Amino acid sequence: MAGITSYGAYIPLHRLARTELFRAWSGIGMLGMSVPGEKAVASYDEDCVTMAVEAVIDCMGKIDPKTIDGLFFASTTHPYSEKQSSAIIAAAADMGRNVRVADFAGSLRTGTIAITAALDAIKAKSAKNIMVAAADARPAAPSGLMEQGFGDGAAALLLGDKDVIASIEGSYSICDEFSGVWRAHTDSFVRSWEDRMVLDKGYSEILPEAITGVMNKFNLKASDFAKVVYDSPLDVRAHIKLSKSLGFDAAKVQDTMFMNLGNTGTAQAMMMMVAALEEAKAGDKILFASYGNGADAFVIEVSQFIEIARDRRGIKAHLASKRMVNNYETYLRWRGLIPLEPAQRPELTPTSISALRRDRKAILPLYGVKCKKCGTPEYRPPAWAGGRAPARICVMCQAKDQFEDYKFADKKGKLFNFTHDYIATTPDPPATNVIIDFDGGGRGMFDFTDRDPDKVAVGMPVEMTFRKLFFDRGIHNYYWKARPVRV
Amino acid sequence: MAESIKDKVAVIGVGCTKFGELWDRSVSDMIVDATTEALEDAGVELKDIDAAWVGHWCETSGMTGLGLSGTLGLQYKPVTRIENACATGSDCLRNAAYAIACGVYDIVMVVGAEKLKDMGIAGLPNQVPLGTPNLITAISAPGLFAMMATSYFHRYGLSPQEGKRMLSHIPVKSHHNGAMNPKAHFRREVTLEQVINSPIIAWPLGIFDCCGTSDGAAAAILVRASEAKKFRNDPIYIKALQICANPADGARRNDFDFTHIEAGYRAGVAAYKEAGITNPRGEISMAEVHDCFSINEAIVMEDLQFSPRGKVKNDLESGFFNLDGGLPVQASGGLKCFGHPVAATGLRMLYEMCQQLQGKAGPRQVKNARLGLTHNMGGHPADNVVSCVIVGRDR
Repeated sequence: MAGITSYGAYIPLHRLARTELFRAWSGIGMLGMSVPGEKAVASYDEDCVTMAVEAVIDCMGKIDPKTIDGLFFASTTHPYSEKQSSAIIAAAADMGRNVRVADFAGSLRTGTIAITAALDAIKAKSAKNIMVAAADARPAAPSGLMEQGFGDGAAALLLGDKDVIASIEGSYSICDEFSGVWRAHTDSFVRSWEDRMVLDKGYSEILPEAITGVMNKFNLKASDFAKVVYDSPLDVRAHIKLSKSLGFDAAKVQDTMFMNLGNTGTAQAMMMMVAALEEAKAGDKILFASYGNGADAFVIEVSQFIEIARDRRGIKAHLASKRMVNNYETYLRWRGLIPLEPAQRPELTPTSISALRRDRKAILPLYGVKCKKCGTPEYRPPAWAGGRAPARICVMCQAKDQFEDYKFADKKGKLFNFTHDYIATTPDPPATNVIIDFDGGGRGMFDFTDRDPDKVAVGMPVEMTFRKLFFDRGIHNYYWKARPVRV
Repeated sequence: MAESIKDKVAVIGVGCTKFGELWDRSVSDMIVDATTEALEDAGVELKDIDAAWVGHWCETSGMTGLGLSGTLGLQYKPVTRIENACATGSDCLRNAAYAIACGVYDIVMVVGAEKLKDMGIAGLPNQVPLGTPNLITAISAPGLFAMMATSYFHRYGLSPQEGKRMLSHIPVKSHHNGAMNPKAHFRREVTLEQVINSPIIAWPLGIFDCCGTSDGAAAAILVRASEAKKFRNDPIYIKALQICANPADGARRNDFDFTHIEAGYRAGVAAYKEAGITNPRGEISMAEVHDCFSINEAIVMEDLQFSPRGKVKNDLESGFFNLDGGLPVQASGGLKCFGHPVAATGLRMLYEMCQQLQGKAGPRQVKNARLGLTHNMGGHPADNVVSCVIVGRDR
């Protein structure tokens, strides 16, 4: 039986208290009271692609990325209209050249649409396994309820038919063109029709149709499920109402994490599913459903292999590891929502596609080399001095072209030295730049992200994280940064 | 067997513009002013020049040798443009001196000219070449050197406060000297407390730990040492010319400590050997070194063996490098106060040495100056080119 063989998730480190949004806007558009709780906020260097890379790497655990047959990526906030997100993610996650990739877009339900497509491929034996990732950082107009409600995050589920930790017993899908929430190519922010109609004629009508559909199809009743996992619209009251109308015991309904994470769009259903799996026991039956231009519902049964996947950071560890964004102005700056005075500093060198292509193995999956003669690992010669990657001459013994590949993305390290650069241009000043010594050898200079400047110290343990370095003339420059080890 | 350059080449004239934000002067104006002064100082005319080397670092200053020949109307002579970052001026000197030493020319001119203040921004231009991936969002030159201060403080157990206090002696001394230099960019004395409390540019370096970016040009005229006395009674003799490029390995091999500059140490060792110096601290009369940032001057004092490793603090606190100390450093005010028009700096240091060794330095005159050392470092702590030049008044 095909099903889930591993899970992973990612939640940005930073959270914004909703009271801070209420303060910033004096409650305008918020019906006079702040929505309670906080939301996860992607840093200025994160987007759906970088968050998906984190979730996919978390999901892979010790699984060799080269054994992954496919990567399907679902989002409504793909960085490009023409250029594939999943290809970038597959490269950063170091998947093989024959990996089957696809971007799923256009609906908040695309995560489960991708799961269905992946299952079909596995059942048809055209793929042994497929990674399905979903991530979103949806744009909400300042001062509105969407800004209060939306959060950012990612989830990944590896599907296969061997050693499944949770088998997907069956599904039921509905296609409905109705969308009370939409965003055209020319829109900067998500739009919505009047929420009462959107809920009454959309979510509250269509999602139950899929849920009852799958229960009827497999002759199951509400009490048969140990857990019920389905996503929520912006107004979480509709989520609670739906469980009551379907007769689900409130204790069995998976938390939407609206209070500590926010509504993560396409990623929401799968992030909730990961949270459910973190608590699941062998034999549990889980109802899993997602809404958006129709609805998908699945019956899932947890197997005895569930314990294999327990060491993921997943939802629980990522939720617990957080830092509050100081203020709303920081949030505006990180999301690029206000024009800033340009810094009186030199402009970046224009991005060179040919240079990125030549150095792709060093830049996307963060490979260096290891000298076969003296055994020294080296990340790369300095790019600014025209150095190509990987090195062709060993930095230690000067042997020529005698290297094997050596991956740095998964190595932890120690901070060797640092500066907080107050005149370098960054959306999150000061620019903390560091030199790190990788455990096992090798050194590199990197941006240091998700850091508290006051806590940066020589010798602190660090790890690598895939981020967006900058946006230049239509090109999103993705690369790796160092960060304090996220416990 | 390779020979030493010692006492084969002499400097018979030098010129230098005032350094600073020269909004009304073009790079051509500066070249005319610096070369005119050098020619007059040497007592020769432009038509006597057999060949020239000109240094520019950034695009706003010029390319090829045409900026020099076109500006001066130099008539169909060989002109070479050199770029070696902050070591550009000294590398012009080195190449020109070798041409003189091998006898293919009789009189040559070297010029370094830089127009940094025409970019509309503070600081230096972007240094990532076209066709190269940008792998750091943003880091300034102060940021790159600040990392060395972090490592130095850590290695020698200095708290940030102790470390900053140690470094602050450096700009205080340079501002004292620079205030006496009419050609210096910054001419104001500062106190230790002002330096310590100055706004942070790149932690732990404050604004007074950083040199200015300036416009300026400097020039020199060289002849064979054997001919020098025909031009003047007090020519300055080249004792050593060394340059050393590291393998750009500081940010990729784990054993580089960021508390010294290996290329600087090696350039110093080679220069001392070439000049026959065995006790640099005792024999060198004065030095002009690359104090782009205070931490660099501190580390250079150790690299050049003026101070023992990790002990420069004692010499800074005792005033050993002050104008009246045992080994005056930055009598001119250094990059810190004289200013730093990149390609001009090495030759500006040579200009200062000539003033000092010829006893023309006025209120900032170093007593009994016989041997002077100039030091430039192009690049940054991980990846760099370091020049070391020794000149003397006696042959």
